[in-house]
Order: sequence, then structure tokens, then C-alpha cells
Amino acid sequence: MADPINAIAEWLQNLLTGWGMAPGLALVIRFALGVIVIATVMLVLDIFLVWLERKVVARFQVRLGPNRLGRYGLLQPFADVLKLLIKEDTTPLGADKFLYNLAPIIALATVLLLWGVIPYAPTIVGADINVGVLYIVAVGAIGTLGIIIAGWSSNNKYALLGAFRAVALMISYEVPMVLALLIPVMLADTMGINAIVASQNVWFIFVAPVAALIFLISAIAELGRAPFDMTEAESELVAGYVTEYSGMKFGLFYAGELLHALTMGALFATLFLGGWRGPFVEQIPILGAVYLLVKALFMYWVIMWVRYTLPRVRIDHMLSLNWKFFTPLALVVLIVTALLDRILEGAGASTLVYTLVMLGANLLVGWITLTLLRSYARRERVKVAEPRPVAVPPEPTGPAGGPVSAAPSVTPSTPNN
Amino acid sequence: MTPVQLVFILVAATTLGAALMVVITRNLIHAALWLVLSLFGIAVMYVLLSAPFLAVAQVVIYIGAIAILMIFAIMLTRRSTSEEGPALNANWGWGALLGVVTLGGLVWVLSSWPGFFAAPAPFPEGTDPLLTLGQALVSPNGYVLPFELASVLLLAALIGAIVVAWDRR
Repeated sequence: MADPINAIAEWLQNLLTGWGMAPGLALVIRFALGVIVIATVMLVLDIFLVWLERKVVARFQVRLGPNRLGRYGLLQPFADVLKLLIKEDTTPLGADKFLYNLAPIIALATVLLLWGVIPYAPTIVGADINVGVLYIVAVGAIGTLGIIIAGWSSNNKYALLGAFRAVALMISYEVPMVLALLIPVMLADTMGINAIVASQNVWFIFVAPVAALIFLISAIAELGRAPFDMTEAESELVAGYVTEYSGMKFGLFYAGELLHALTMGALFATLFLGGWRGPFVEQIPILGAVYLLVKALFMYWVIMWVRYTLPRVRIDHMLSLNWKFFTPLALVVLIVTALLDRILEGAGASTLVYTLVMLGANLLVGWITLTLLRSYARRERVKVAEPRPVAVPPEPTGPAGGPVSAAPSVTPSTPNN
Repeated sequence: MTPVQLVFILVAATTLGAALMVVITRNLIHAALWLVLSLFGIAVMYVLLSAPFLAVAQVVIYIGAIAILMIFAIMLTRRSTSEEGPALNANWGWGALLGVVTLGGLVWVLSSWPGFFAAPAPFPEGTDPLLTLGQALVSPNGYVLPFELASVLLLAALIGAIVVAWDRR
């Protein structure tokens, strides 16, 4: 009873081989069923996320949110889904039909793909591949492709502009994200995600807080959520790359976006908050899934909190923030962590000393960064405060070409400002 | 036929078909997207060969970077991205000949190798191919020299990009 998923899987395997099926084929069927179950659970959870997102944003904006349909408005998302399903499905003139229909599928599927490698509990892992962290990056790359396809195939200038911005954003923020992902990999000495979770006797957020912060911010950028939502900045681009989509095709993008936010929360929880780790998880493995969900929902809440608190960043500010701030910072943290990890392991430091030294080094790097930023801001403020030349009308010239004799001295010099 | 062989045949056919479409389609964006499918097929091949690291690296580098760069370049340089030019130019015959000759040469060279028809040996128990690859890349008995040379080359390219883009005032 402690581990129902594996018990069911084993029962199924025995049943199928008992019917005389080859064990290999039975394994394929079992995996296919596993994929269907995970995808279905995630999509049903996604419907619940619509309600959650609307309710939380309402609380942030001192409103009530959906509260009419069902208790606490819980049935509202089902009504939304029905509405999306029966809405007219439009395809703009001149759109590339096949690609136009493919893009929403890619957008949702790439998010679901990520759930294949997240360990739900010590014994419940979709695919425990030894390149899990790199797999996350690769799936993100395919997601970028989906957005380009959506923007291009819509035959709409706003959609294309939104896609350009999205790609600039996602490609840029991939750099600090990958660098930040390297740090848990280095600390755990493996790229397998389940092994990373298993090695977090101390949550990595205490060992590498700067990397965790960089990962969180680049994850928000990767999501294209506020303050990085210039990809669908409604005041400039209508809705960016989803402008032309209607009905359930828009619904797929929307579901993909919400689920992506939860997925990033789950990834953060897995890499930095100890994933399925928690009390009694050794005895009752299924508890791990509960812990993971709780941590993932907490991070999802943090992402929503950021989204509904901060205003949109301008695109050039966002790119220079990435290239001039996060990338160098991530590189510095990476070098510091690598060196300290080797030195401390060589010196045979205990877990407590190791954690404290790592935490101290991270705090030092953070403090130096803040000091540098403060001095930079001070210089910038001085620059801005300097009196700048004000445009004045040119001196009127007299008929002889020389300047007209100055105004009579009855009005003594009033400063021209 | 084992399931792996079935998957191999399907993936190989998709890869080759997509590669053919890259050459004969008239729309450049479509060609780039067919190329993505073809490269993805190669990534699946790596998975079938139990080389997951190469598979994932293939997706990250070829689809995530190179293909997206190509699509970007096409979108930014063409006046209209739906503009359709001729799919083939006058030299297509020579190109096809060269392709066939290269394929023939490769098959001829490989067929003299004894491992060509043999089934792949399974990995010895307890070895992690990824670990072995990583250690081989940095061990003096392995590939440390090519690895470092490639790093220097990449660094030079990086510095070159900065020099080219430098705003001289």
C-alpha cells in the first residue's frame, strides 16, 4: 500500500506476461500506459491550475475571483474549457495551415515532456536517464521552436514580432539558466535528476542560494511571464505570438503556459528544495509525490507573486540585465562553487562545515554584487543629475549677418532656464 | 522483427524523407523545419545506440541553436518569408552524384570493417557511458588535446565576435 504505483505496474506486468505476452512487449505497453497516465494527470491538474491562477491573482489584486460556479468557483475552469471547445476555430488568411495547427501542440507537448524526467517519489520515476538536466535544456529548445512556428505561421506582424522577442528572450536566458543548472550537477556529481534529489541531504538552496535565484529568474524569463512578458505585451503587440489563435488552439497555449509555470516550480523544487524528500518518505514512498506537489505549488505561488507584483521590463533592459549581470554572476558563482567543492572535499570537511562555507561564499558573492551595483547606480545617478544642455533658440541674426545688438540692458541677466 | 528494429526503420525512413524534403521543398522556412525533423531523427538514432548524451546534445545544439539561428536568418534577410524560389539550380545533378559517390564510398569502407554486420556488444555491467565519456575527454590518455584545442578555437571565435561587433568610437 506504501507504493501503489509500482505495485500496479508489477501487477500489470505479471498479468500481461501471464497471458503469454513477451516480456519486452509487456514493458512497452506498461511504459505507454505510464505516459498516458502522467499526461492525463497533468492535464487534469492543469484545469485546476486555471482556477488556482485566477483565484490567486484575484487575491493579489484585492478581488474575489471566480466564486459563482460551484463551491469557491471550483467549476469555473470546466465552464471555461467548454467555452473554448465550442468557440469558432479561425485560421487567418494566408496562414500556413499545417504549421499553424502544429504550434499549439508543440507548445503543450514540450511542457508535458518535462514531467517525464521529474522524480515523483524515490521509487516513482518516469525515466531516470543519466542526462536528465541536459534533457530539460533540450526540451526547452524545442519549446522555443514551437513559439517561432506559431509567430511565423500566423501571417500577422504582431505575432511575428512577439515570436522574435520570445526567441531573443529564451535564447538569452538559456545561458544563465544552464550555468545555474550546472551547480546542482556539480554538487551532486551527476546529471540524473533522481540522483540529484537523493544527494540533497542538505537542500541545495542552502548550499547554492545565488544559483537558485538565477535559476528562478531565468525560469520566469523562459516562461515569458511578467516582468518578462514583452513577448505578449498586450499594450504593444495585441497578444504576441498567440494573437491569431482562437478557441481550443489558444486554450492549448494557455494550458501550456500555466502548466509550464508549475513545471518550472517543480523543477526548482526538485533541484534546489529537495524534491520528494521529507519526513517518512523512506517508509511510505507515495508521500514523496505529495511533498513534491506541495513544494512545486509553493514555487508556483512565488512565480505568480512575482508576476502580479512587478511591471514589465523593457526589452533592451531585459537583455542587458541578462548579458551584463546574470551571465557574469552565474560564471563567477560557478567558478567559486567548483573550486570550493574540490577544496572542501579534499580537506574532508563534514556536511555542516561544507554547507556553512558554501553558504558563506554565496552570501559573499551576493554582497559583492550588491556593492558593485550600488556604486554603479551612484555613478549613474550623478550622471543623470548633471545639468544637461537645454535646447535654446538660435540667436537671431541681423541684416549684416552679425548678431543683433543684445537686448537693452533694462532686463538684466535672467538665467535662461 | 524486434521492436527496436521496427523503431529504427520508422525513424530512419522519417529522417531520410525529411532530408529529401529539405532539398526539394521550395519554401525556405519549410526547408529549415524539415531539417529540424531530420536532425531530430538523428537524435533518436543516438538514443537507439544507447548514447543518450549525444542525443540530448544533438537536440540542444542542432535544434536549439543552429536550426533556430537559420530560421532567424531566413526571417531577417528575406523580404517575404513566403517567397518561393526555384528548389534546384543547374548543379543539382553533380550534387546528387557527389552524394551517391560519398554514400557508396562510406559503405565500401565500412563493409571491410568486421563490426559492420555484427550486433553491438552490450555495455559491461556497472559502467556509466556518460562517466566514461567525460573522463576520456579530460584524461591525458584520452582526448584532452583535441578537447583543449576545440576550447581554444571556441574562445578565439568568441573574441573574434567581440572584435567584429566592437563599436569603435
